[in-house]
Amino acid sequence: MEYKNVLTTCVYCGCGCGIYFEVLDGEIVGVLPDKEHPISRGSLCIKGWNADSFVNHPDRLKTPLIREGDGFREATWDEALSLVADRLGEIRDESGPGSFGFLASAKCTNEENYLLQKFARAVIKTNNVDHCARL
Amino acid sequence: MAGQNTLTEELRAHVAEKLQAADSSQLDGVVALRRTSEGTAPHLFREGDDLAQLALNPRYPLASVLSLLQKRYPDAHFGIVARGCDARALVEMAKRDQVDADRLYLLGVACTAEEAEECYCADPAPDPEPWPQAEVLGTPVEGAPPNPIVAEYEEMSLEERRAFWRQQFLKCIKCYGCRDICPECFCESCALEDPLWVERGILAPPFPMFHLIRAMHMSARCVACRQCELVCPAHIPLTVLYDLIRRDVGEMLEYMPGADIDVEPPLSLTLEEAPVKASLE
Repeated sequence: MEYKNVLTTCVYCGCGCGIYFEVLDGEIVGVLPDKEHPISRGSLCIKGWNADSFVNHPDRLKTPLIREGDGFREATWDEALSLVADRLGEIRDESGPGSFGFLASAKCTNEENYLLQKFARAVIKTNNVDHCARL
Repeated sequence: MAGQNTLTEELRAHVAEKLQAADSSQLDGVVALRRTSEGTAPHLFREGDDLAQLALNPRYPLASVLSLLQKRYPDAHFGIVARGCDARALVEMAKRDQVDADRLYLLGVACTAEEAEECYCADPAPDPEPWPQAEVLGTPVEGAPPNPIVAEYEEMSLEERRAFWRQQFLKCIKCYGCRDICPECFCESCALEDPLWVERGILAPPFPMFHLIRAMHMSARCVACRQCELVCPAHIPLTVLYDLIRRDVGEMLEYMPGADIDVEPPLSLTLEEAPVKASLE
């Protein structure tokens, strides 16, 4: 018998509204706004109020997938990240940094978006960085 | 603030006592606010929990949490820390089988005059009378004056009133927060999600149906806890509308939501049973 609220940040957009997930016996049962949050101050949009809906959704990807032929197969994070790193390196060596474009996302935190542009500029060495809010 | 701190200390002692009681009065848990370094939110305090974390602000609809817990644990006996609005919400929920009055212990807390004023609350002290087991801490204060917008509104012509609400409802982003936070909104299917009444993907919702559907559904139900207004991202003065409807329901049907647990809600009765005043028949 346990009911608690776990503080988190809404992932639906870059505003980063403060939300609580209501957790009853280890299962998320609802969302409450964080009334003390300096940005959202207890208000949410319809997405924030439903920010728990994808957590246990059957369509949610829970493991990396690697494309093989016409389909995908499940993979470990180590295998998936190694593959991505290898291929990015190969493409940069073959075609140069200008062959890359990096698309950041409003659904990510500022910190994650900062990391993405840093990776683009410092590692891949391209300025081709854009974000989904301009699509 | 000193008075409030003493009250919180007193409340913590009472909660500790009810959680640790060695006899049948022992509670399985107490619903209250918990403040940690992360923030403050509703929580189920159980025996052994750190009661120094029990807090009184900001207000959340604790009655909804109690309802959830009672449904999940049909044999458990829970306490709830309740302000006047929480207690009124529990009364209306009990009438509609959302909480079981016999399985709750009401730890009432009287709001201060400043808190009552901030909420325009007419009834800032919880009433222990409806509950088999209840106590009220703090010093009850008089009700505060209503929201001044109500008086301004009543000076308006019909045309001005329509313009006022049109202007307000135009700000709505259809977050459904007013419904989601409301302790009296517990229907399994909601008219506001029925495409027959509310077309999807249209902002602001067509005037005035969306808000008037909700307002009518809140009549003889709204206990003026003002949670809807507090969470509204568009700052629509929803409780002005609900206050006016509550007054009409009081005058026409002699019903005051949250006041008397033994009086059936008039809109749940047949017309023959409803206590409509003779002058209106």
